[in-house]
Amino acid sequence: MGILTVKDLTLRLNGKLILNRLNVDFWDGHVHAVIGPNGAGKSTLASTLVGLSGYRDFEGDIEFEGKSIRELGVDQRAQRGITLGWQEPARFEGLPIHDFLRASAKDKSREHIEELLNKVGLDPVNYLYRAVDKTLSGGERKKVELASILAMEPKVALLDEPDSGIDIESIHRIFDAVKVLRELGTTVILITHSLAVLEQAEHAFLMCHGQVVDKGDVKKIRRYFEDKCIPCDHKNIPTQQLIGGQA
Amino acid sequence: MKTQPELINSLYEYTDTDLNLKDPDTAHLVINGNTVIGMHAVPGLDIKVRELEDGIDAMVTLDEGTIVKKPVHLCFGMLPESGIQRIIMNVNIGKNARISLLAHCVFPNAVDVQHIMDARIHIGDGANYSYFEKHVHSPNGGLKVYPKAVVEVGKNAHFKTEFELIKGRVGLIDIDYETSCDDGGVVDMMARISGRGDDIIKIKEVGHLNGERSRGALTSKIAVRGNARAEVYNKLTASGAYARGHVDCKEILQDNGVATAIPIVEVHHPKAHITHEAAIGSVDNKQLETLMSRGLPEDDAVEMIINGLLAKQ
Repeated sequence: MGILTVKDLTLRLNGKLILNRLNVDFWDGHVHAVIGPNGAGKSTLASTLVGLSGYRDFEGDIEFEGKSIRELGVDQRAQRGITLGWQEPARFEGLPIHDFLRASAKDKSREHIEELLNKVGLDPVNYLYRAVDKTLSGGERKKVELASILAMEPKVALLDEPDSGIDIESIHRIFDAVKVLRELGTTVILITHSLAVLEQAEHAFLMCHGQVVDKGDVKKIRRYFEDKCIPCDHKNIPTQQLIGGQA
Repeated sequence: MKTQPELINSLYEYTDTDLNLKDPDTAHLVINGNTVIGMHAVPGLDIKVRELEDGIDAMVTLDEGTIVKKPVHLCFGMLPESGIQRIIMNVNIGKNARISLLAHCVFPNAVDVQHIMDARIHIGDGANYSYFEKHVHSPNGGLKVYPKAVVEVGKNAHFKTEFELIKGRVGLIDIDYETSCDDGGVVDMMARISGRGDDIIKIKEVGHLNGERSRGALTSKIAVRGNARAEVYNKLTASGAYARGHVDCKEILQDNGVATAIPIVEVHHPKAHITHEAAIGSVDNKQLETLMSRGLPEDDAVEMIINGLLAKQ
C-alpha cells in the first residue's frame, strides 16, 4: 500500500521543466531507491516531497497516507512524519550535536542521544558536545544528520545521496542506519546514483528527464548500471534540449 | 534591609553561576552601586577600592610571576531600578603572571540605569590575562552601558576578553576597546550580544599589532530582532613584521532589525597579514529548513540557530 503517492507532478524552476507529469507510489515500510543520471530530477523530487521553499509551486498532487499535503510547509510535513537527509548537510555554528539531535528526538534522554551516536559510529565521548559546524568533516556531518533522522523516528525518510562524502569503512554504518529505520517501520527513499546504495533497497525507480521511466525490483533496475544505458531514446542530452517544448 | 551576604546572593542568583565565595582560594570583588559588599584577595593579588559618589575606583595589581589558579569573581551590579554606576579600574599584571577573571554585571530590575566602565589594563611581558564579562539585564531595556578599555599587551603576553549579553534586554550598549600588542603579544576579543525591541548595540574594537609576530582576532556575533539596531566597527592594524590577524563579524537579522558592519584592516608592513570577513543577513535558509524538516516550527528553529551562534564556544 502506498504511504506517499505522487500524482502527475509537474514542476518548473526558473521556467525550466524539471519534473514532468511524474507519477510514483512509495510503499509503506519499504526501502525504495530512486536512481537516474545527473539532472534527472531526483533531488528536485526529494525537495518537493519534503516541501522545501522554492519547490512548493507545482502542478499535480502529493498524498501522504491518503491525504493531500501540497498546502503543508516543511515543518507541518515533518510533524506528520516526512523528513529529508540532505546531500550536503547544513552547518550550525555553536549548536552542539546533543542539542541538534535532541531537537528532533522522541526520546530526549541523554542515554538515547548517546545510543544514536553509537549507531552511526560516532563516539559520544568525543562528539556529544561538539558543534555541528565546519570543524566536522563532511562524513561526520552526514552521520550526525542520519542520527538526527533516527532520533525523529519518521514515517518517511528521504535520504539524498546518503553515501556522498562517506569513506568506504563508514558506508556500512550508513547502511546499518538504513536497516534500523527499516526495523522502525520507516519508509526509506534513497536518492542515489550509486550501485552500492541501490542494493540496500527492495524496490527501485529509474528517473530520467523528470519522469519515472522504469521501476521494479533492484535486480531489474540495476541493469541501468550494468548496461550503462537507460530504457529511453537518448543519452547525455541536456533535459531542456530534449523536452524544452514539452509540458 | 538586606545583609551583605544576602545582597551578594541577590545579585548572583541571576547569573546561573555555581559560586563559592567562601573558598579561600577564590578571590572576589562584589559591588552593588557604589558600595563594596564583598572583597577577598589571594596571595600575590592586591585589590584596592575607593568608593566614589556614583561608583568605585579600583586598583588591581598582580605580582610578577604570580599564577592565580582559580578564576577571580567580579560582580558589578545594581538592584534598584534607577541610578548610575561608574567603575574605574586600573589593572596591572606583572611579568609572567597569569590570571583569569569572571565578571558579572547584573542589573535585573533596571528601568533607568547607567553602567559606565572605564578600564586601563597593562599586561606585562609573558603574562596571561583572560576576562569574561557576562551581563544580565532586566527585561525592560532601561539600561545604558558604556564599557571602555585601553589595553597594553606586553611582549609574548596574552590578552583575551569575551563579552556576553544574551539574557534580558540590551537597552543601549556602547563598547569601546582599544588594544596594542608588543612583540609576540596576542589579543583575542569576542563580543556576543542579542538585541530585541528598540535596543541599540554599538561596538568599537580596535587592535594594533605593533610588535613583530604579534597576533590578533576581533570577533563579533550579534543578533538583532524587533526594531533593534547594531553597528559593529572593528579595526585591526598591523605594523610589526609577521603580525597576523583576523576580523570576523556575523550578524543575524530578524523582523525590522538593522545591522551594520565596518571591518577595517590596515597593514603597514609587507610581511604582516590580516584578513576579515563579515556576514549580515537573515537566518540561513538551509539551516532553517533542516531544523523544520525535523519537525521544529519556524520560530523555534530560528531561536535555536541564533542561540547556537551566540553560544559560548
